[in-house]
Amino acid sequence: MTPTLQVFLIVSAALFSAGLLAALSRRHAIFILIGIEMMLAAANLNFIAFWRFGPQSQPPTGVMIAIFSIAIAAAEAAVGLALVIAVYLHYRTTNVDHLDQLKG
Amino acid sequence: MSKSVDQIFVNAKQWLLSWLMPAPAWVVQIVSSLINIFALLAVFLTLFALMSVLERKILGRIQNRYGPNRVGPFGLLQPVADGIKMLIKEDIVPARADKLLHFLAPILIAAAAILALGVIPYGRNMTPFTIDGGILFFFAVGSTTELAVFMAGWGSNNKFSMLGAMRAIAQMISYELPLIITVLPVVMVVGALMPDRIVGAQAEYTLGVVPRWFVFTPWGATAFILFFVSGLVESNRTPFDVPEGESEIVAGHMTEYSGFKYATFFMAEYIGMFAITGLATTLFLGGWHSPVQVLEFIPSYVWFFAKLSTLLLVYIWLRGTLPRTRIDQIMNFAWKFILPMSFACVIAAAVWHYAGRGLRGWLWSFVVIAIVYTALSMLLDTQRKFAPRVYRFAE
Amino acid sequence: MNSAAFVLIAILTLAAALAAATLQKLMHATLSFAVALVGVAAFFFLLGAEFVGLVLIFVYIGAVAVLIVFTILLTRRDVGKDRGANWGGALLAVAVFGGLAWAVFKTQTVATGAPHIRALTVKRIGEALMTSYVWPLQCVGLLLTAALIGALVLVMEEKR
Repeated sequence: MTPTLQVFLIVSAALFSAGLLAALSRRHAIFILIGIEMMLAAANLNFIAFWRFGPQSQPPTGVMIAIFSIAIAAAEAAVGLALVIAVYLHYRTTNVDHLDQLKG
Repeated sequence: MSKSVDQIFVNAKQWLLSWLMPAPAWVVQIVSSLINIFALLAVFLTLFALMSVLERKILGRIQNRYGPNRVGPFGLLQPVADGIKMLIKEDIVPARADKLLHFLAPILIAAAAILALGVIPYGRNMTPFTIDGGILFFFAVGSTTELAVFMAGWGSNNKFSMLGAMRAIAQMISYELPLIITVLPVVMVVGALMPDRIVGAQAEYTLGVVPRWFVFTPWGATAFILFFVSGLVESNRTPFDVPEGESEIVAGHMTEYSGFKYATFFMAEYIGMFAITGLATTLFLGGWHSPVQVLEFIPSYVWFFAKLSTLLLVYIWLRGTLPRTRIDQIMNFAWKFILPMSFACVIAAAVWHYAGRGLRGWLWSFVVIAIVYTALSMLLDTQRKFAPRVYRFAE
Repeated sequence: MNSAAFVLIAILTLAAALAAATLQKLMHATLSFAVALVGVAAFFFLLGAEFVGLVLIFVYIGAVAVLIVFTILLTRRDVGKDRGANWGGALLAVAVFGGLAWAVFKTQTVATGAPHIRALTVKRIGEALMTSYVWPLQCVGLLLTAALIGALVLVMEEKR
């Protein structure tokens, strides 16, 4: 007896808010990226849960979206981490509170 | 008669499960999986013990000396002595090491290696776990090894370990891509990711004599050699054992591990070797099929382990014969030669399939591979480096 | 049986995600992120989409987690700690979770059980990728190439 769709959505909402917590309250740039990746994983879980419990279309749409989302998340993580390294090479810090040269 | 010998393990498991008939279905399923797991562990841990002593003896013979020959007949009980030694050693953890990472790393590597063994077909109807994406499961589990190697290097709080871990990860990531792309032609030609179906597609014999294994096609032979070399690198074996080069970097990421944890790393490396050679046998050498039709009465698992042992002997032979390559030579080799050749294999497999799978397909795919190989050899300009050796002596 | 597996995986995933968001040591937080991703992959297996679960393990843990770990290595100046959660962020995250949970509970149509479906084989995914989704596939390939080249260009040091 698999749990209902509601339970899966609650779990994915909890995962999303954990990712949001990481993205909002961390100061190290890499952790903000980890938070974003967790939010993406939570959204993928949502897609697959809806595919499983919903009407089955001929190309399995939810699964396809999740596959492409994983690929795009990997590309975005690579570029994001390259940005963090580039910023570190220039400013010697990864603390996002210190990256405020465009402020004011 | 030969069929019942062939299926003896399957029948034994069914007989054991029949004792549990009144239990609910999920209990039977769990017990069935547990029997599979225990059988797998028993076979491969014994093979690991045997291989550790055989490797030392064969290396010794290659180097014109006896290997270990004191413990038991011909030294075959050496693993027992080694096991006792490893167990009674003091377990030293560096004071400023990260205790959790230091503890978890060998467990994770060993777990990943043993998990990868679960999807390989060892005989007719003898795959422990049939997953629809079996090959993908194998590679996904193998890719978690990199993170565990990094955990070992970082958790030891030691510069040698960190350097060794970074070299190991760089090497493993570079060769993971050719490993997967050389599997791609086989998956393309068969049309399935399940190892059972891949073995089943290599079943018949052309003209009744030559088996239809994928290694006897041009793209298959090239892909097999490239897969074999990439497997050598992935398991950190000589000539690619820069991460654990004893003369360079002490023991790389395993420096700060003593006693049983080191034995776990050792075991994980050997079981990773078994997994890669098992997969190579499944994909290219026809799995558990016999090479000639007259010998089909020999049970399927005997053929599988015979092929596995042959590949392991080639591994040991290479270890005893070749010197270690430098890390930059390893990376150059991966990105500039093996990767383009594996793409050529994919194209050659497609050409083989579309030119009919017979003699014409064979010739056309051979032409494709020969062209790419010649172009790569000329481009990589190895003539300069392979000039006749010049000796200069002190005057 | 299924419910027991679901509860275990849910506890593992959420605990690892919270640990990743609040732990102070960088390496521990990264590794609990990897454990949370294993939990999500286990959810995918439970839901019957094994291929996606395997792709997730392969891409996220085999590639993204290793990238993150390498970046931590390359950008540290012996700073191994980071501030954990703070009150503003925690409040906002709890508020978002509350809003989403309220929306889920309010909708009646999602309180359904699991229908029986055809098994999702790799063959079906492959056919869908090559017929209905061939344009997105090529675009993702192009995107990955562009991301790769862009990441390399970003970190190349300029030649003096």
